[in-house]
Amino acid sequence: MPLWTLRGLAQGIATADWPHGAADAHGQQGTLGMPRIAAERCADACHRCADVCPTQAIRLDTRGHLESLDYGRCVACQLCVETCPAGTLQPGAEWAFGVREREDLEWTLAPGPLPAEERLAAHIEQSFRGSLHVRHVDAGSCNGCESELQALNNPFYNLHRLGIFFTASPRAADLLLVTGTVTAAMREPLLAAWEAMPAPKRVLACGTCAVSGGACGGTYASGRGLDGVLPVDVWLPGCPPNPAAIIEALLLLLERKPQRVKGGRVHDG
Amino acid sequence: MSASVRAANLDAQALPTRLEQLLDAGGRMQMAYAWHPQPGRTEVRYLAAPGPRQPFELWSCRADGGELPSLALRAPLLGWYEREMQDLYGLAFRGHPEPYPLVVERSAEGTLRAPLVLPEVSDPQVQLLGFGPVRADVLESAQFLFFYLGEAIVHYLPRLFLKHRGMEAKFEGASPMHGCVLAERVSGVGSVAHALAYCQAVEDAAGCAVPPRAKRLRVLLAELERLYNHLHYFGQLADATTLKVGQAEGRLLEERVKQLAGRLTGQRFMRNLLCPGGLRRDVAVPIDLADTLQRLRREVESYLVQLERTTSYLDRLLATGVLRKDVAFDQGATGPVERASGLDRDLRRDHPYAAYDELHVPVALAEEGDAYARARVRAAELRAGFDLLELLLPRLEHGPVYAPCAPEPLGFGLGWAESPRGSLYYAVHLDAQGMLARVKIKSPSFSNWRAFPFTVHQTNMMDYAINEASFGLTIAGCDR
Repeated sequence: MPLWTLRGLAQGIATADWPHGAADAHGQQGTLGMPRIAAERCADACHRCADVCPTQAIRLDTRGHLESLDYGRCVACQLCVETCPAGTLQPGAEWAFGVREREDLEWTLAPGPLPAEERLAAHIEQSFRGSLHVRHVDAGSCNGCESELQALNNPFYNLHRLGIFFTASPRAADLLLVTGTVTAAMREPLLAAWEAMPAPKRVLACGTCAVSGGACGGTYASGRGLDGVLPVDVWLPGCPPNPAAIIEALLLLLERKPQRVKGGRVHDG
Repeated sequence: MSASVRAANLDAQALPTRLEQLLDAGGRMQMAYAWHPQPGRTEVRYLAAPGPRQPFELWSCRADGGELPSLALRAPLLGWYEREMQDLYGLAFRGHPEPYPLVVERSAEGTLRAPLVLPEVSDPQVQLLGFGPVRADVLESAQFLFFYLGEAIVHYLPRLFLKHRGMEAKFEGASPMHGCVLAERVSGVGSVAHALAYCQAVEDAAGCAVPPRAKRLRVLLAELERLYNHLHYFGQLADATTLKVGQAEGRLLEERVKQLAGRLTGQRFMRNLLCPGGLRRDVAVPIDLADTLQRLRREVESYLVQLERTTSYLDRLLATGVLRKDVAFDQGATGPVERASGLDRDLRRDHPYAAYDELHVPVALAEEGDAYARARVRAAELRAGFDLLELLLPRLEHGPVYAPCAPEPLGFGLGWAESPRGSLYYAVHLDAQGMLARVKIKSPSFSNWRAFPFTVHQTNMMDYAINEASFGLTIAGCDR
């Protein structure tokens, strides 16, 4: 046992200097994110992107041009990007797509005016900001989200340093973090976990399955995510969202990071 | 369908005799599933493996009357497949020893739920502990029921299928390309293995030849998947044996491989790359990949050696959760779990696919069947994985990575892969338009969950978590 301690010390610090330090120290170099949209380039009557999309995230107008893309349904499978002949849809490097309002995941050709300030129903309680306890519930995932959530506690991400902890009992939890499509059989245990949590309590829909059902929703057993099941505070699509994207979404919930995606568009600064 | 599968039509009465012949000759059943070749007609297909390097056998049996003889008494591993067909296709299996629902049942209110059939217990001293489906830490959902007396577990029952998403139904009507996106999302930590087995099934149906570079790149991805899964496994095992630094180191090594996979393929689980016919796009293999793997290998080697020197870790694994060889065979255990119980099988060697026929795949074995044997087999597979990658990298010559692959309407194909957790099969039927009509997934965790309880009955609570970690099971793959 002492040998292990020495060994650990000898290996030095493995934790990323992120999000506080270097902006690119998140460890996700080279990963592809949601498709990027360069609008008004569509060829007439093309349809290809909508035809290949496995989750019907893409809607076209009567000319067959891209009208809207719902990132809340997107599993970042890259099929639309690969098939698009006009360059309207391009590979994107944006993977942190956490938002507070579900509509903010919807890109439309002609967006409405952005609200001057972030829409916030109620500010998060001051006491949560530095210490958040999270109860995770797998409501029917592929285990991809769990694999990335487990990674949050590895030395690279070391979630504890941000004051965020996974907790065993829903009675000690401030946040319910839900993955999966909400299967018929998991609906009741999920609601029981929510009921057992003390107020004030928050919900994070983690992964495209929890946001909309994603690639796996809509069968006789699988459900279509958290919409209409629980009041969601932050929606985070991704298939699965990588650990850094999950951290971004948690910090968004805690109001320690601003929301970057509005109206399906990334706004920095 | 290729020469690697021999098809036969059987009458229902002929099934038991054929099974006897197979078992007497040293063969083994792999899976069974039902499908509707036409509306109103039901057919059951049994996949049998007569032995290494012999073609698989696929028996088709009409089940239009809705009833077939159960084969579960002679081949217990078929018990779950028969119950699944009973739940999802309304078939009855005459003489089934456990004719209860397994995957889904309808409650009185009409909602679907995961079945639960508890054994009768007459001794009032025996208590029931239900654990889950929401369990401590970040874990997949399942409920575990322990009948116990003090520290002793009298009987153990996992209630699975709470996560049943009806994934096989999700494939129906989808295009073969769309099907690959689905296959990658059946079991996240087996994304490559699932995509690979699925693609090979579609390629089998189409009779198309995948270019050599694509085959070799598929091996590269599949072995990287094995590396991160096995490293995760050791992190879990160190956690279960309360080696906190060992846990952290295993998790960090796993993270390194996932980040490498992300840089290499654009996705940490190496999704969105495979497709029927090869790969969707080429992989730019960096010139320093061999060096990166060499450095990683040294770290992994040092980690494994340190684990093997830690007596507290060894103490908890030795003689824990013994899976006897005959039980492993009968109940259909697969992958490192069966190999740790002395069953010498590995699809990469016995029924080579992708580029495995060009490589020497060493198969690690142990005889004891305990948690320590399972850990040793996985450690040997980690080391062998690095060997395979070293052999593979110089062979990655340039060339095309895709060949057109259009399966014939009404075609059928079978594909398989040795995933990090064991044997994975996809059977794919196409409809008259060339879309997917029926896709059956036989996942390794479905097999190993069936065998696992046999190592828990009559043991003690203290060993349970270690035993479970030593199996390295997933629930998504089992529940589908």
